[in-house]
Amino acid sequence: MSQPVKNIMIVGVGGQGTLLASKLMGKAFVEKEFDVKVSEVHGMSQRGGSVVTYVRYGEKVFSPVIEKGEADIIIAFEQLEAARWLPYLKPGGILISNTQKIDPMPVIMGNSAYPDKILPTIREKGVQVIEIDAMALATAAGSPRATNIVLLGVAAHFLGFDKEVWLEVIRTTVPPKTIAVNEKAFELGFSAKQ
Amino acid sequence: MKTLMLGNEAVARALYEVGVKVVSSYPGTPSTEITESVTRYDEIYSEWAPNEKVAFEVAFGAATGGARSFCAMKHVGLNVAADPLYTASYIGVNGGMVCAVADDPGMHSSQNEQDSRHHAIASKTPMLEPCDSAECLSYTKLAYQLSEQFGTPFLLRLSTRISHSRSLVDTSAREERPLKEYKKDVMKNVMMPAMARGRHKVVEERTKAIREWSETSGINSVEYNDTRVGIICAGSSYLYAREALGERASYFKLGMVNPLPIKSLIDFARHVGQVYVVEELDDIIETHCRKHGIPVIGKLLLPVCGEFSQSVIREALLGEELPLIEFDQPIPPRPPVLCAGCPHRGLFMALKKLNLYVSGDIGCYTLGAQAPLSMIDTCVCMGASISGLHGFNIARGSEQAKKSVAVIGDSTFIHSGITGLIDIAYNKGFSTVIVLDNSITGMTGHQNNPANGLTLKGDPTVAVNLEALAHAVGINRVVVVDPFDMESTRKAVEAELAIEEPSLVIARRPCALLKTVKHNPPMVVDTEKCTGCKSCLRAGCPAIAVHGQANKGRGTAVIDQNQCVGCEICAKLCSFNAIGFKE
Repeated sequence: MSQPVKNIMIVGVGGQGTLLASKLMGKAFVEKEFDVKVSEVHGMSQRGGSVVTYVRYGEKVFSPVIEKGEADIIIAFEQLEAARWLPYLKPGGILISNTQKIDPMPVIMGNSAYPDKILPTIREKGVQVIEIDAMALATAAGSPRATNIVLLGVAAHFLGFDKEVWLEVIRTTVPPKTIAVNEKAFELGFSAKQ
Repeated sequence: MKTLMLGNEAVARALYEVGVKVVSSYPGTPSTEITESVTRYDEIYSEWAPNEKVAFEVAFGAATGGARSFCAMKHVGLNVAADPLYTASYIGVNGGMVCAVADDPGMHSSQNEQDSRHHAIASKTPMLEPCDSAECLSYTKLAYQLSEQFGTPFLLRLSTRISHSRSLVDTSAREERPLKEYKKDVMKNVMMPAMARGRHKVVEERTKAIREWSETSGINSVEYNDTRVGIICAGSSYLYAREALGERASYFKLGMVNPLPIKSLIDFARHVGQVYVVEELDDIIETHCRKHGIPVIGKLLLPVCGEFSQSVIREALLGEELPLIEFDQPIPPRPPVLCAGCPHRGLFMALKKLNLYVSGDIGCYTLGAQAPLSMIDTCVCMGASISGLHGFNIARGSEQAKKSVAVIGDSTFIHSGITGLIDIAYNKGFSTVIVLDNSITGMTGHQNNPANGLTLKGDPTVAVNLEALAHAVGINRVVVVDPFDMESTRKAVEAELAIEEPSLVIARRPCALLKTVKHNPPMVVDTEKCTGCKSCLRAGCPAIAVHGQANKGRGTAVIDQNQCVGCEICAKLCSFNAIGFKE
């Protein structure tokens, strides 16, 4: 198990459900007997601000945060946030991005422009970009709120263990009433990236 | 079994394991989840206090009564609790007592970046600083043992990264602690000058004894690797340094940050080449080292402001930067905003036309300072909106008072707004104060408070009657308005401003995020009627935007059907009747 520490960032907009995704990852890595640190943002930014969660796992993890140029994988719940946090991606790293766009207040007010063609621009820089309409798949699974689990389903391809592990962690973590929707959301995300 | 826990959850777990009986806190990011997590353990009595001073005093009273007790607060909360802290240090404890104080380097959710180690030094209270969740658990437990061994309250210093990071923790069973006997002891417990003089000497002797303990106990650990570079650090700074420098340096990791050791630091410095002090915020360890003749480099290279990380240390000490992929177009910022359906938005829109000076306070409504609402003139600390308004109006006269208000939330009003209101009434002031009563402590993530009729555990209890309270302190004019009824709210505030006597306006509507609140269906835009004039955007609601090229390029309003809760504020701003509910 002496592998170097892997760094995963989950970025999005406060209220999008990034915390549940990082909680599930943390649990799965503990199950696989890795050392794990998950660093979250609570408080003010949760009110619709830009939010980031760091997940680090490996033989021994010291720092709880991921810095610029260090992330192996960034999972973006929103396109502008993918652009904002791009400098945190390690050259050669993978960006998994939801195609959803949410205008921040300066854009709503017409004081700033939402950049055009974010994901193609990032791809042109040689980054492996996996884009997915996770909200549509979540809605198909039964609830747009399961967007986070769809994205986890995509990310599962890069996280090194069987999808059964993830499904088990989902079943034991989410509220019982939402298990069926979340299982379906995971499957839809997982099969969207084959 | 190892479980993944937030630092805050691990502190709560330690309280359970170490037999704590009484917990009293006031919520404050990043400390809040400690006390929320304590509610899992039925063996512990836990409560939200009206403010940190009360919380500290409740915990200290419980310790005097022989129980192990605890309180938690954010860094600025310790300023409020500083009064009892400084004298509790003289008196010392009977049952063990720990006060957790969570700093916020980087100010993720705070109004300043103060370093609470200064309070530990100034109050002569010993302080431990954990670096991860496992240490949150082990240090908290150790703090109780030491608190009773040395007869002093202990401070536990946390920070945003420690409180809000999850890492692995080994749990164990609870050990019940019988209440210690209470014996009346005037010389120890009654701090009048004659007794306090004696206790001050005890405190100085105690500090020496604790320092000696810290030199030899293993609370501070040394890791020798490459000895050309030595790093002295504590808490999360240790993690960042260890990550950045690995085995290229040797480490002296402090577990106890007050009092600081002397002999063991000198010994470490002798065994390594250049010594660096890596500490977030102020240069406390660095100054201590210099005072004792240890030549160290610290703030010469490392910043005083902001949060550290491995790259801050990598760049400052090694001059190394990692290669980056940059996104080369400008990226608009995404500041936090008032939620869709937030009642505070209704109040601010109602006040907007009145062109007021708005004395602000600490809570979600501080977000009203940002564009497009741009309604807040000041934000200092809990309660300062009311007392600050009184001073402002006294200085500028009664005509100014007709153009100025204070805005303060229900929880903040109870915390320390009421004393300012008493000041206004008592001193014949003429200010108009608005309490934004949304039935919850909002910004910290929905905690109950003395004004909403529910305890920490959600049990029904008496609620402070704000109207009766205002009357009781001598405010004769008290009006209650619904902030969603912007017209009536504006008229009510105008009427109170016009009168030269103090008044309290209560803008009452529960937080839109409360599960008990029943919402309207989302609103829709009639694209035939919408002219793209953007009047609706003045409310600064995250659920409405103007998109597209219709209306000669001005676009059409679009309402996010997932976010909108049908508060109708945007509809009331529309002159074309273009926003309504689906037929």
